[in-house]
Amino acid sequence: MHNIEKLTNGTTGGPVFVYVQDGRIIRVTPMELDSTDAASWTIDARGKKFSPPRKTSLAPYSFAWKSMVYSPKRNLYPMKRVDFDPQGMRNCSKRGISGYERISWDEAADIVTGEVKRIKREYGPGAILSTAGSHHLWGNVGYRHSAYFRFANLMGFTYADHNPDSWEGWHWGGMHHWGFSHRLGIPEQYDLLEDALKHTEMIVFWSSDPEATHGIYAAFESTSRRQWLKELGVKMVFIDPFFNHTAGMYADKWFAPRPEAGNAMACAIAFVWMTEDLYDKEYIAERTTGFDTWKEYILGKQDGVPKSPEWAEKECNIPAREIRVLAREWASKKTMLAAGGLGGWGGACRAASGNEWARLMISLAAMQGMGKPGSNIWSTTQGAPSDTSFMFPGYAEGGISGDVDNSAAGFRWVYRMFSFDRPTRSNINAPMGQHIPRLKIPDCILDGQYEWRGKGFCGPSIEAQFHKYKYPADGYPEIQMYWRYGGSFIGTMCETNRYVKAYQTDRLPFVVSQSIWLEGEAKFADIILPACTNFERWDISEFANCSGYIPDTYIQCSHRVISLQKKCIEPLGESKSDYDIFTFLSKRLGLYDAYTAGGMTDLDWVKRYFQATDLPKYISWEDFFKKGYYVVPVPADYKPTPALRWFAEGRPRDTPDWGPHPESQEELGKGLQTTSGKIEFVSSSLRKFDPADEERPLMPTYMPSWEGHHTTGLYEKYPLHLISPHPRFSFHTMGDAKDSWINDVKDHRVLKEDGYYYWIIRINANDAASRGIKEHDLVRAFNDRGEVILAAQVTERVPPGTVHSYESSADYDPVGKPGASADRAGCVNLLTPSRYITKNSAGMAPNSCLVQVEKYQGMAL
Amino acid sequence: MKKWNMIIDVAKCHDCNNCFLACKDEHVENEWPPYAAAQPWHGHRWINIMRKERGQYPLVDVSYRPTPCMHCDDAPCIKAAKEDAIYKRDHGIVIIDPEKARGQEALVDSCPYGAIWWNTEKAIPQKCTFCAHLLEDGWDKPRCAQACPTGALRMIHAEETDMQAICEAEKLEVLQPELNTKPRVYYKNLYRYAKCFIAGSVALQDKDECAEGAQVTLTKGPQNSGKVTMTNNYGDFKIDDLEENSGRYTLRIEYAGYETGTVEVDLTTSRNAGVIFLQPARS
Repeated sequence: MHNIEKLTNGTTGGPVFVYVQDGRIIRVTPMELDSTDAASWTIDARGKKFSPPRKTSLAPYSFAWKSMVYSPKRNLYPMKRVDFDPQGMRNCSKRGISGYERISWDEAADIVTGEVKRIKREYGPGAILSTAGSHHLWGNVGYRHSAYFRFANLMGFTYADHNPDSWEGWHWGGMHHWGFSHRLGIPEQYDLLEDALKHTEMIVFWSSDPEATHGIYAAFESTSRRQWLKELGVKMVFIDPFFNHTAGMYADKWFAPRPEAGNAMACAIAFVWMTEDLYDKEYIAERTTGFDTWKEYILGKQDGVPKSPEWAEKECNIPAREIRVLAREWASKKTMLAAGGLGGWGGACRAASGNEWARLMISLAAMQGMGKPGSNIWSTTQGAPSDTSFMFPGYAEGGISGDVDNSAAGFRWVYRMFSFDRPTRSNINAPMGQHIPRLKIPDCILDGQYEWRGKGFCGPSIEAQFHKYKYPADGYPEIQMYWRYGGSFIGTMCETNRYVKAYQTDRLPFVVSQSIWLEGEAKFADIILPACTNFERWDISEFANCSGYIPDTYIQCSHRVISLQKKCIEPLGESKSDYDIFTFLSKRLGLYDAYTAGGMTDLDWVKRYFQATDLPKYISWEDFFKKGYYVVPVPADYKPTPALRWFAEGRPRDTPDWGPHPESQEELGKGLQTTSGKIEFVSSSLRKFDPADEERPLMPTYMPSWEGHHTTGLYEKYPLHLISPHPRFSFHTMGDAKDSWINDVKDHRVLKEDGYYYWIIRINANDAASRGIKEHDLVRAFNDRGEVILAAQVTERVPPGTVHSYESSADYDPVGKPGASADRAGCVNLLTPSRYITKNSAGMAPNSCLVQVEKYQGMAL
Repeated sequence: MKKWNMIIDVAKCHDCNNCFLACKDEHVENEWPPYAAAQPWHGHRWINIMRKERGQYPLVDVSYRPTPCMHCDDAPCIKAAKEDAIYKRDHGIVIIDPEKARGQEALVDSCPYGAIWWNTEKAIPQKCTFCAHLLEDGWDKPRCAQACPTGALRMIHAEETDMQAICEAEKLEVLQPELNTKPRVYYKNLYRYAKCFIAGSVALQDKDECAEGAQVTLTKGPQNSGKVTMTNNYGDFKIDDLEENSGRYTLRIEYAGYETGTVEVDLTTSRNAGVIFLQPARS
């Protein structure tokens, strides 16, 4: 064990020590903190003292990084599709079929920049479409908001805006009832850990599996806290069609409502509270509006249908008597509603019923005095004590782009980072420019036109999501080129055979993919630019700090750990960091000086970044460089300010939250962002927009899914409801496939006799038996949209009628014609609908999906 | 002298696989002579996480049993090995010598716990080393235990008498004690994996309400040495730590004002007896 260097880095699943020997990574571990690092906090509650472990935790996929860095699927050289000739036949229909040949970086750069120049000259920069996957590799300089936006803004491009895929129902539904647009409709979570340890008696996890999804980026930081709560006797109830992994650890009771019918259960709980007088009437009177109107709906005075437990039982299959017990227990105990995984989110919000679910959750929490001690919406993942005054930005604050329109750079960062130099921005990727919604990239390319409301994440105001857009925007060209960054969408978007078809059309003359691995969509490019991982470049970052629409995200972590991401090894093969790829290409576009600010390297940017944060007040660059990380101390006189306590008590806001924008408030800091400043059971923003919108009425209701058990015709043909939550062992596509060790995880993929690792679908034992399906049999899951070959896990963890398979296969491997045959890599999103949640809610609804499952009999001839 | 032991708490494992993946990170493509040759990229499970689902919807639970080498004090593999290819170090850890063990494929079957894996390419048997190369370099735990976020894996470096005291205090068990292999890996809450339960829900037929506080007595045969529990507010009950395939049981459910309910269960594996509706007592 000699000549081993111990370096630091950061991943989407936690900061790490990286052991390097002879230019090779030999080991990746979580960080054990030492005695010179800041002290850990202690919370006194119910006669006990609680203090976190003196180490960082790490998510499973981060332990597998070595297998991803040295993956045989790495793109090591620039490559060109063999039958692509930019001067002659492009053979677009051969994308995804033909193989590749190695070319030099100069050839690749000549082709790519040649096409960029031609397209700009002939059509204008708006004809260049580009977008990245949701989650880049960790590091605030190398992140997509940073190095990528800096380049793309200078080159010019039409950005495919990301729908708020984890927020959906909270964004399009919840926001209209309590604001929080700066958090896309989900609530602040400050100091709720201490509040819960001191006061909470029960937690209702509704569509929430923090042991599997880790809040976001926060590994297992909150695991010990749930163990503490359990030790204190806090009861834990789970509502999820899948007996999820957090439930497996802590459940005192599990309810598995029929998918998308859990909202009936929520209505019935409100019904019990209303009819048995079990809610906080003072809070309802003083902190909310519209309750009486909603009460009439719940009691059935409007439509003649009382939303009673007996009514709900018929919809959701949960016995009425059990709904009554839950409602009574909930009302009698100080209860945290863990609705979704971060305090908000959850698979239930990514469904046709997602808007209604999110606003029903807010309504239930309001009826129990949300914000009072022990009672809130809190998913158990955030709210650890933390010094939020210490300024270190998250990746969404734009890094080296300084883009104030498409990152959160404008809030506080750009002024510090660019005191003496220019930030970048785009006039196309701005409200007056041209846009394409990510979910509708295929429609826009194939049909040449599309209209919708809302540009991506609509955070600036509640009204932003009403804004109407069309493609092409007036005076802008149709797309001629697609510069894809990563290759995840076939696994992560909806009805994804569409993406395959969009790649194979002549309407898209040029595709370049900048990717680390040859997987998924990358296999549809004309030119592949090989990018390297974050272990092969310099960067700087903080554990679980994305910021932006999740301000102060690091309050998930037990310690604020900021790390220097050291370049541990040289880039493999001829791969380059994204920054170096853009630098290389910028020379041919005359952008070199502008892009590199006069020749700065990634390490130069990291140092400038360091200087612009609060770090230099506490540690010198030299010391930081040497040690590799810094733990931000929690002040000795730390004063908790629990989320929404101020609201419940009618005081001005005292939490460090970033919003809402002062313009939206009668008096800054008083009340919520809604017009009334209160929680609105009947939404004033929806009333102002379209009071006649039947798909999104003014108040939360029970609405049968447009693809569910009431969908006559379809349900008879496809009687199984597929739910496809975010995966447990990979982070979206990160960690999956690419011959990573994650493939060996028994509950991730199953190795079959043919040597192939199949994605898993979980099916109830009765449904399996009636189909002759046994454990680990290969099955085909299919509907009118596609077919996927999967390995069955026969289980009692889903009720009959529900099947469960995670989304986010990293690879796409059609057994026949791409886009028109079964996929054996496991992209269950081939099956999910591309329909928006509602016509005015431009979000995805993958959990509204009916399928049939059969034993796989081999390839049809 | 102090020796190494591992305690695995089945109730604290939720199958995150951090142990399994950290093991791969440490041993794949890394040679740690003389303790271990590199583990193959795929296929080996030096810590093998076994899954057990119990019950039927909606009364289910799930448990996981991580299974590394047991580092037995009386290890069958050591006896089976030729040329002393497997040996025990002073601190208790069992090591397969990668050189001497070459070609000895029979050693894979010598382990009653299935903890030895065959490396086809190198023609050697391989297994968990407790990361002896790290422990002997000053680490206080192997990679799997460091990676564990729940505290399910706990490494103990202790004198034998102190370890015995921990075993008794925490009611630890070993796998297949009848083999008398004297494992150094101990389990807590093993019943969650190895035993089974009878569960059910009790409801009042006339009111369609959950029967909270009903007394449930489980008896087997005429001896009537019953296990007793009470239903919770959902009317649910669960009697755990029963032997699989242990024959016929009778559940007797008593609730004031209602007829006593009885259910017969032939126990093979964990069983959700379903909803038991009690009828009002005849006055």
